[in-house]
Amino acid sequence: MSLARSSQSPFSKSAITKADAPVDHRWITRQIALVVSLFLLIAAMLYGLIVGSVHVPLQTIWNVLVYHEPSTEEQIIWNFRLPRVLIGACVGMVLAMSGAFMQGVMRNPLADPGIIGVSAGAGLMAVLIMIIFPEYYYLIPIAAFVGAWIAVMITYALSWKQGAIPVRIILAGVAVNSLVGAITSGIMQLYSDRVQAVLPWLAGGLSGVSWYHLDMILPYVALALILSIFAIRHANILLLGDEAAKLLGHPTEKSRFFLILVSTLLAGIAVSVSGLIGFVGLVVPHIVRMFVGSDYKFLLPMSAICGAALVVFADTAARSWFDPIELPVGILLAALGGPFFLYLLRRGGGRIGNS
Amino acid sequence: MAILNAERISYAPTPRFSIHDVNITAEQGERIAIIGPNGSGKSTMLRLITRLLQPNTGTVILDGHDIRAMRGNEIARILAMLPQMQAGQHDLTVRDLVRYGRHPYQRWFSGMSKEDREIVEWAIHATRMDHLADQQLQSLSGGERQRAWIAMSLAQLPKVLLLDEPTTFLDISHQFEILELISQLNKEMNMTIVSVLHDINQAAQYSDRLIVMKEGRMVAQGTPSEVLTHEMFEQVFEITVRIHYDDPYPYVRLMQCLRCDNPSCR
Repeated sequence: MSLARSSQSPFSKSAITKADAPVDHRWITRQIALVVSLFLLIAAMLYGLIVGSVHVPLQTIWNVLVYHEPSTEEQIIWNFRLPRVLIGACVGMVLAMSGAFMQGVMRNPLADPGIIGVSAGAGLMAVLIMIIFPEYYYLIPIAAFVGAWIAVMITYALSWKQGAIPVRIILAGVAVNSLVGAITSGIMQLYSDRVQAVLPWLAGGLSGVSWYHLDMILPYVALALILSIFAIRHANILLLGDEAAKLLGHPTEKSRFFLILVSTLLAGIAVSVSGLIGFVGLVVPHIVRMFVGSDYKFLLPMSAICGAALVVFADTAARSWFDPIELPVGILLAALGGPFFLYLLRRGGGRIGNS
Repeated sequence: MAILNAERISYAPTPRFSIHDVNITAEQGERIAIIGPNGSGKSTMLRLITRLLQPNTGTVILDGHDIRAMRGNEIARILAMLPQMQAGQHDLTVRDLVRYGRHPYQRWFSGMSKEDREIVEWAIHATRMDHLADQQLQSLSGGERQRAWIAMSLAQLPKVLLLDEPTTFLDISHQFEILELISQLNKEMNMTIVSVLHDINQAAQYSDRLIVMKEGRMVAQGTPSEVLTHEMFEQVFEITVRIHYDDPYPYVRLMQCLRCDNPSCR
């Protein structure tokens, strides 16, 4: 093998046995996973449209969606279930993507956006309005969004010391979560008579969402999706570790900051419209990683689809299985999430990509 | 002109540890080994050369350019380093890892070009990892994993390759394998090699020039025969040795540890 060093190509092409990677079984697994996920998403959305206090058969749904046949069913589908299903899908999608990025930034499979203060900040602002300024209830989504951002920026600033390495960010996040959580609880204590209104929001739910909410979040969702596509490369490089990434010429600090920005935007969208829904950001990327690996080119879109499917399904289940009570979806997800972690424990601990 | 020129490097992060006025020069195609006791600053010097750390004084000139004026990916196209410990990347395959080596050449919007793919395959072949290319890193042995990371560094098509204790965690046959591979790369591609090695004999066998560091200063440099003297070992490593000069390179045998025999040793 002769490899003469020249200014053009310093390697001998005759030494190359194959110019392209062969089709490996990973590719097949990924294709299957994609198809299955899309199927689950569509199934979940249909489930969400069919099920409820009035059971609407599939044929009617088709008529409503395609032909806009006016009827009571059309009212129900169009005004209540369709926006709820679409928003649920959006919320699930952004939460799962946010969690996926967070796990990459923190290099920790147990990271989710709450770790850096998104939930705490949003919760405080929402509680402030609901309890102390209830006349401004329509500002809750904006306030929650802003609150999430402020908390994250504080966390990031606190963690900065010639750079923000994951361990420091996590520590700062714990501190911010603690403090903000304390303030929030304090307010709830002081106004314990008004606490009832706050609890469903804190538990996380989609009841009462409408087209108004969808219109509100769609521009942010579009922006977040575009940024997420750029973020894929950053997330992949950071997987190698700070040192190796820097040695490849990658600006790790800027990269990490960008990922945190995108992650906060994604989670902020969810939290503004549905309150604090946990577990999706943590569990979905984790499961998806077991099937498609850590490469964000596949992990991200798959997490988005599965996250959407999960939230739509869980929301539908939460509002129909416990008739006449409508359970906030966050509670149902927490109930499902617990056993999931027990299952992980039994399998021997969740390492990234462990099969 | 030297491909690498680190001049008057000083770095003092803490009062107890500092690098003082160190010069390291490497010509294209040279194999240099930095040896010295623990804490002498060898690994730190490598990090200062790669700009992972910033020196307090001094400059590093890489291929004629000051590294402070270069962008990260410009440096990465000339210089590659194998860090001592690699964060375990659990489900990356060898090929996935080697692909990362093309990162310094890629624009933020582009993926792998045809040439990128060819270079990746070449690097896999050059490190004889063809049969392992689709294996996950975590399933490989230490030596194989090391070769995979070397393949990634190769894909950067560097002129200079830095290695921080590349053999420390490997068994003896894998150590030999890695050192032979690096030597071959040096011969065939005229790649400059700068490594930090703990094994003096490996350093003597696989280097054209040695640099000896102690407590943040360079205390000797030259060919292995010039540098490996009894006085040097007594002063720098606090051991007495027997040196055999039969081979093309000297072979050192430890006789007595001066520090251990000293009743008031630290």
